[in-house]
Amino acid sequence: MSELYAEREQLPSIATTDSPTSAVALTGDWTLDTLASRMRPLTQQARRYSRRAWDLRDIGRIDDAGATLLWHAWGAERPAALLLRPEQEAMFTRLAEVQKPPQARRRRAWSALAPVSRVGERVVDVIDHVSGFTTLLGQTVLDIARIAGNPARMPWREISANIHRTGAQALPITALVSFLIGIVLSYLSARQLKLFGADVYIVDILGISILRELGPVLAAILVAGRSGSSMTAQLGVMRVTQELDALAVLGIPYSLRLVLPKIIALAIALPLLVLWSNAIALLGGMVAAGVELNIGYRHFLSGLPGAVPVANLWLGLAKGAVFGILIGLVSCHFGLRIKPNTESLGAGTTNSVVTAITIVILVDAIFAVLFSEVGIP
Amino acid sequence: MSVVISVAGLCTRYGKQVIHRDLDLTVLDGEVLGIVGGSGSGKTTLLRQMLGLDQPMRGVVKVFGYDLQTASADDLRRMRRHWGVLFQHGALFSALTVFDNVALPLRELRALPEPMIADLAMLKLNVVGIGAEHAPKMPSQLSGGMIKRVALARALALQPELLFLDEPTAGLDPESSESFVELINTLRNELRLTVVMITHDLDTLISLADRVAVLADQRLVAVGALDEIVNIRHPFINSLFHGERGQRALAAANDDTRPPKIVFPDHVP
Repeated sequence: MSELYAEREQLPSIATTDSPTSAVALTGDWTLDTLASRMRPLTQQARRYSRRAWDLRDIGRIDDAGATLLWHAWGAERPAALLLRPEQEAMFTRLAEVQKPPQARRRRAWSALAPVSRVGERVVDVIDHVSGFTTLLGQTVLDIARIAGNPARMPWREISANIHRTGAQALPITALVSFLIGIVLSYLSARQLKLFGADVYIVDILGISILRELGPVLAAILVAGRSGSSMTAQLGVMRVTQELDALAVLGIPYSLRLVLPKIIALAIALPLLVLWSNAIALLGGMVAAGVELNIGYRHFLSGLPGAVPVANLWLGLAKGAVFGILIGLVSCHFGLRIKPNTESLGAGTTNSVVTAITIVILVDAIFAVLFSEVGIP
Repeated sequence: MSVVISVAGLCTRYGKQVIHRDLDLTVLDGEVLGIVGGSGSGKTTLLRQMLGLDQPMRGVVKVFGYDLQTASADDLRRMRRHWGVLFQHGALFSALTVFDNVALPLRELRALPEPMIADLAMLKLNVVGIGAEHAPKMPSQLSGGMIKRVALARALALQPELLFLDEPTAGLDPESSESFVELINTLRNELRLTVVMITHDLDTLISLADRVAVLADQRLVAVGALDEIVNIRHPFINSLFHGERGQRALAAANDDTRPPKIVFPDHVP
């Protein structure tokens, strides 16, 4: 059975005398393996004798690593007197011709304008994103218009698959988070209300805050993290593996087959998730109110319609639909911009989720201002 | 000649599908072994098992005398520094430049100073015919042939004694494929490499392989020099060598036993 050459190799050594005229004779094997652990002492020794005559003919094996070590010790030139075997000759000729690696990323020279230009770059970047996003939105609207004329081309299967993936499969996690938030909110409010003896208003507080704000935003953030990232990654990988190009040359527009179903599915699934998340959060709040304030379930539920105008529910559901469309657009936008390397895939997915959540909260604030007169008794 | 890789009694099964049944194979020191077989005959699986990436269901794979399944992690790491692998699609790290791809294994040794790493990496790139102007590029900016060359440079970075090639010429145009074969031939003589090669391409097989192993019917139906293999009666060997393409390749090989040397302008010895 064979063993590694490395295990049969002789240690490299440098032999010479103190007399400055004596030649330096190398023996042993000068390979990557034998050298790796003795790099420093050998380099120092070689450097000390670099002006002498060198004899490399008794070396056992020498590879590029050994040759490079000697070459560097000699100061990137041949010593005046050098005895070589023919095959070593070729090795050092090749080394002499090696070019330095060009610097991949040159550091930009510092200038007083650097902060300004950095801001400028960011602005250009943002404009680029906004215009790309707008194009995608326009493309989607055009696709919908085109499909409206020819409903047979509607990608029903993709839509239903996406509703299942983004909606149905998100039910457990949404329920868990909503239930806990409902309990926390109810518990904290109950403590305050008790102080003023205003126990009954727990129904108003929970009803309005959950139906109007927490339900839609919670569901949207969970979906942005869960489905937004996977949509970006999916489109990104399809771009890397040229699957998008393959669809395009088959005459299947990917905006119609991949982007539109995702957006429609999210616009349908997210309001349903909002409804689900509302119900569970209220259940959690109701349980905590029962424990903390002794408000019975019957009392809580019968008080709810009176305390919370139904407009809040519709507003929450509408927000859900808008959030769904935005999450779909943002994640597809980032997915389609991914470049064919692993780093871009990771960065794109992160950016997609962060942007989607930021936009959801931003739009939520706009809703709050626009509809401040609606549904508040 | 000593044995570098030995595979004994190898069995592989995916679900109900049997891939290998009692497969035995030895690779000798200094030879180029070509493994051929139809699609789905388990060539790549066999290669992955020799690399320790997949575990065989039964059987022993030994490389340099180490059993891949029982060797200690230290032994495996030491051994892995002595082989190089050229994957079918190159498997370059897409986030690193060409230069960093080749320098990575050298840096991982944590023994060499950076100027030496730079020279060694540039040497390797030079040897495979990649000019310095390509060193700062990203893999996505390279053509298929260049990706293979860079991947070969990375595989050679640690001065391996054993080189695995998975379809070295697949996806290359005839000219680059010919010069790639010539490159491997030169390197193999210079660095006294043992090469295990999987290929579909008869021209590559004829010009590189010392011995050929034919994988069919879940085992090796024949192992030997090319002219012995050609005369064995087996449906797969028949269709491989006695089809029109095979005849043409063989005729070309007999016509001119040593193909003209193609010299790369970049690395004239």
